[in-house]
Amino acid sequence: MTTPADAASRLHGRDLTLAYDQRVISQDLAVTVPDNSFTVIVGPNACGKSTLLRALSRTLRPARGHVHLDGRVIGSYPAKEVARRLGLLPQSSIAPDGIGVADLVARGRFPHQGFLRQWSKQDEAVVAEAMEATGIADLSERSVDELSGGQRQRVWLAMVLAQQTPLLLLDEPTTYLDIAHQMDMLDLCAELHAERGHTLVAVLHDLNHACRYATHLIVMKEGAIVAEGDPATVVTAELVEEVFGLPVRIIDDPETHTPMIVPVDRRAAAR
Amino acid sequence: MSDTLAPPRRPGTSGGRTTPRGSFALRLFGERLSLLVRPRTLVVCLALTLLSALVLVVSVSVGDYAIPLRAVPGAIAGYGERLDVFFVQGVRLPRALTAIGVGAALGIAGAVFQSLSRNALGSPDIIGFTSGAATGAVTVILVFGAGRVAVSLGAIAGGLLTAAVVYLLAMKNGVQGYRLVLVGIGVSAMLGSVRDYLLTRAELTDAMGAQIWMIGSLNGRGWGEVAAVWVCLALLGPVLLAQGKRLRFMELGEDTARGLGVSTQATQLTVLAVASALTGAAIAVAGPIGFIALAAPQLARRLTRTGGTTLVGSALMGAALLVVADLVAQRALAPVQLPAGVVTAVIGGSYLIWLLYTEWRGGRA
Repeated sequence: MTTPADAASRLHGRDLTLAYDQRVISQDLAVTVPDNSFTVIVGPNACGKSTLLRALSRTLRPARGHVHLDGRVIGSYPAKEVARRLGLLPQSSIAPDGIGVADLVARGRFPHQGFLRQWSKQDEAVVAEAMEATGIADLSERSVDELSGGQRQRVWLAMVLAQQTPLLLLDEPTTYLDIAHQMDMLDLCAELHAERGHTLVAVLHDLNHACRYATHLIVMKEGAIVAEGDPATVVTAELVEEVFGLPVRIIDDPETHTPMIVPVDRRAAAR
Repeated sequence: MSDTLAPPRRPGTSGGRTTPRGSFALRLFGERLSLLVRPRTLVVCLALTLLSALVLVVSVSVGDYAIPLRAVPGAIAGYGERLDVFFVQGVRLPRALTAIGVGAALGIAGAVFQSLSRNALGSPDIIGFTSGAATGAVTVILVFGAGRVAVSLGAIAGGLLTAAVVYLLAMKNGVQGYRLVLVGIGVSAMLGSVRDYLLTRAELTDAMGAQIWMIGSLNGRGWGEVAAVWVCLALLGPVLLAQGKRLRFMELGEDTARGLGVSTQATQLTVLAVASALTGAAIAVAGPIGFIALAAPQLARRLTRTGGTTLVGSALMGAALLVVADLVAQRALAPVQLPAGVVTAVIGGSYLIWLLYTEWRGGRA
């Protein structure tokens, strides 16, 4: 079953049932990532947004249904081939003790390498460019251990960029960062989308961030997609209350003129 | 958002070097071949190989019947005095070669187990494999009173069975390191009490034999053992080496590795099966020699400073450790012959403690 919207999308899923062992998270899910979009998935805790991202990145195999990447079922590609088309920044990664910044970023070249092609000039150039794009070129000689949380997150993002994939999937890239570094990370993502032409899919916690940066918003609740589209038209007080169970007012963000969510002061109402 | 809050971004500066630290690229045939060479790793591996070779020659030469060093090469080739040739070819050379092979097998298998469990304690000693093999062997010795080949088979069966049980119990959405270690400790304790029970029911001489087997020794190992362990290494070693890079990627976390294009489950199953088989072969040949699988990978990664698992380094380190330990075991209290397993813990343990001590004192915290 292919709808006209799918034809224009490199990454989409149909009739997806997503489950961990016996625990079903989502059923009959249909999702389309519009090409050249900055798609953001939001929803309450445990609504299945990370699970959906894992399915889209082939990290989780759907119990039913298929994810299609560039016209083929994603599971039918060799693992390295997927990694040349789609990059994933998971929620948590482990930096081996004492590994250098450049060494870690260089690992992003794995899908392009082989036994006889371990470190070409192109690898070198791409790694340099990825570090440049994420603003960590000055840190290349440092150990990842020594870096701050914000710098570290940039290193991981640079590693994913070094994969040179048109599609980038990011699972909560701003978690554990303070507000300045959160905005910094999101600005960087927006730059990758607008200036470098990547299609981005990110799971975000903060609705206001999502409204500011997303060109396409997917709102999830209890494993189902309840709304999607341009944040300016999708985000309403009714929707937020329905999804999060929180009464809110929507005002105009004075900086970006996108919807801004302000929770209703329930204490004042009770007085 | 104030601009001053953002970390400095200087487009256009490209002072950074991108080739991984301590490495250089070797490119031939106009980019068709590009290899990443790490001099430090090469030097460490070469040094360990030379050390093993040197100790091999020394352990062939010394003994109650001493053979001058200059006569050793001839005797190895089969020339010289008949007694020299007999001791070298018939006794000492196969013993040393067995030590090197067993050490290499334990070292590389230990590196795989530690990498998979992301835990320095994740060696076959800790996760129950060794205990399972020992229980299998002791059962064969005490219940069936069988000979050496049957004991070896019993050890392999016991080890593989235990590894499978531990793996299944610890598995939930893939293998979690600490679960593997915890389940392994539990299963080892249970198997230990089974062995103790069997020993209390056994005749004294049988119990003595079982006890000696459980320490691990290279006494009296001949060409049959050399063939067994080296054939296993030649067949299974390359399989592990081919997966070495994927193994290092899995240390970044399973999702990260998958995102980079590593089929994590296939890799996990392959290396686990192969490393278990190598451990089984090593234990079947020499008994459960302790500590090599635990210490060799840790020593190797600290010496090579790769910030990750080094399979070749671990194998060479294991080989060097065991051949040195066996030389010490033969000569330390001569003419009394110690089992090599007694010495490995002393040598490997003190070396590891010294390395950790200097590392922590060096303030790499």
